Amino acid sequence: MSNMNIQQPDSFEFTPENLELAKKHIAKYPEGKQQSACMPLLDLAQRQYGWLPVAAMDVVADMLGMAPVRVYEVATFYTMFNKEPVGKHHVQVCTNISCWLRGSDEIVKAVQEAAEIHTGETSTDGLITLWEVECLGACSNAPMMQINDDYYEDLTAEDATRIINDLRSGKEPTPGPQNGRTGAAPLGELTSLTGDA
Amino acid sequence: MLTDKDRIFTNIYGLKDKSLKGAQSRGCWDGTKGILEKGNDWIINEMKTSGLRGRGGAGFSTGIKWSFMPKEVGERPHYLVINADEGEPGTCKDREIMRNDPHTLIEGALIASFAMQAHACYLYIRGEFVREAEALQAAIDECYEAKLIGPNNVHGWDFDFYVHRGAGAYVCGEETALIESLEGKKGQPRLKPPFPAGSGLYGCPTTVNNVESIAVAPEILRRGGDWFASIGRENNTGTKLYGISGHVERPCVVEDAMGISLRDLLEKHCGGVIGGWDNLMAVIPGGSSVPVMNKEQCDNAIMDFDGLREHGSGLGTAAVIVMKKDTDIIKAISRLSDFYTHESCGQCTPCREGTGWLSRMMKRMVVGNATVEEIDLLEEVTRQIEGHTICALGDAAAWPVQGLIKHFRPEMEARIAAYHAAKNAAA
Repeated sequence: MSNMNIQQPDSFEFTPENLELAKKHIAKYPEGKQQSACMPLLDLAQRQYGWLPVAAMDVVADMLGMAPVRVYEVATFYTMFNKEPVGKHHVQVCTNISCWLRGSDEIVKAVQEAAEIHTGETSTDGLITLWEVECLGACSNAPMMQINDDYYEDLTAEDATRIINDLRSGKEPTPGPQNGRTGAAPLGELTSLTGDA
Repeated sequence: MLTDKDRIFTNIYGLKDKSLKGAQSRGCWDGTKGILEKGNDWIINEMKTSGLRGRGGAGFSTGIKWSFMPKEVGERPHYLVINADEGEPGTCKDREIMRNDPHTLIEGALIASFAMQAHACYLYIRGEFVREAEALQAAIDECYEAKLIGPNNVHGWDFDFYVHRGAGAYVCGEETALIESLEGKKGQPRLKPPFPAGSGLYGCPTTVNNVESIAVAPEILRRGGDWFASIGRENNTGTKLYGISGHVERPCVVEDAMGISLRDLLEKHCGGVIGGWDNLMAVIPGGSSVPVMNKEQCDNAIMDFDGLREHGSGLGTAAVIVMKKDTDIIKAISRLSDFYTHESCGQCTPCREGTGWLSRMMKRMVVGNATVEEIDLLEEVTRQIEGHTICALGDAAAWPVQGLIKHFRPEMEARIAAYHAAKNAAA
């Protein structure tokens, strides 16, 4: 595991609701191929617990008839499985090329200052964890960041500061483009899909 | 320039009704049964006629790919797998299909599965696209409810569509790594052969297609392969979703004809380069894995597979990354080297070690802390990676650096000279 110094819980158990969801995931795959549900189940466990402890990996291994080490391999290969606790709001700023060209360095700085942390750290109130990440696939809406399951796009440094301040004071900032655009349409007048067709 | 009547994605911005009813009012799911009744040979031939080349980057003929599947279903079932692991830096088109125009994709998946005699399709979507997976699942649920797909559906071909979320690994966009991941393992690419059409998911015949390739299929079959082939240029036909990012006034995703000139694309749809066309320094025309083009090349670049190959670059995913004159091009490419180092799966030594070499050397090139001879060494390292790995990630790491050296070597040498001059002055 990535950091063995993390205090691990002794046991993990899916809630009855999540157990039902887990069964639905397993049913998507053919008989005998239930290992395919490994990633969906790890995701489910992480959503339930807040991060992914070894005990949860062992439960998933047991449910799917996998050797625990095979589950550990999966859990450590993919970056979205958090092997250690993260803050309530996991802020991931894209710093890859398209975002960098449009000022992601300033976005990172704004989040660092608003949350009073460095990249990779969690704020003292436990609310904000900041990571710099690779391309999140919203390049026409750069610069952008992901907070938990939502994308915040077309950011300015001021937007980033406001969003972090909102989160720290319990408000719910609105996801999506922050400059009034709709999706990946060009800002302002459309250049296609203007007719009724 | 393409007109709206020839656009396949009529709701790519999500400005109209995204529901099944809305999609049907725009022509989705119209005459699907009639298409299936023409038989799988007709469908595959029509796809070949259309000239559609895979939209995931490699540009292989979709019709021919479909024809590689066994003609008869043996003991092993056939599978369609859709690659929605959109992660190539600069690329953001499949996201728009899935969240705003998902019915094009679901209908295409049914038709493609029928043509290849598959009863199940797994769509592998990158894990970060949580909202997109939700939007797509909602559309799938509507289709099950309306009996358009599922067991005993109105089309007479039993078909299940499953969404499988990834968890943050770029390499899973490589088709065999994607299959490994779908089987619940680390996403490390497989050696080929065997190719997926012979032995893919669970060892069964499998075809892996990009989201856009599948989503354009229904409209091609409704209007005929000849219609699609009449757009663009020979061997580079049809319409294409372009994703433009970086230094343009109004970045966007837009569907236009293949073969549109780069300058037209940027000026008609994106408000032009920030500071004007002459303020352009470089463009990466097809996602981070293709070589960068300088201004001179951009002046007459045609946006299609062959047009960009003439300039030593490629169409890739048609993710156009624009850089204006004051961009630190060495730092831009260095950022990409860091990306490939982070995403190398570690299986092949040339890639695992080489990507680290590249990013460490590139970091020194950014500040100029190197010798001019090391530019050649850097080039040599890229040649040691290129072609020596199981999958194309190694090549993809090599090409941006090669493109930099080819077109911007004077800038690199100037950076080195400036560094040493400053150091000597200080000493």
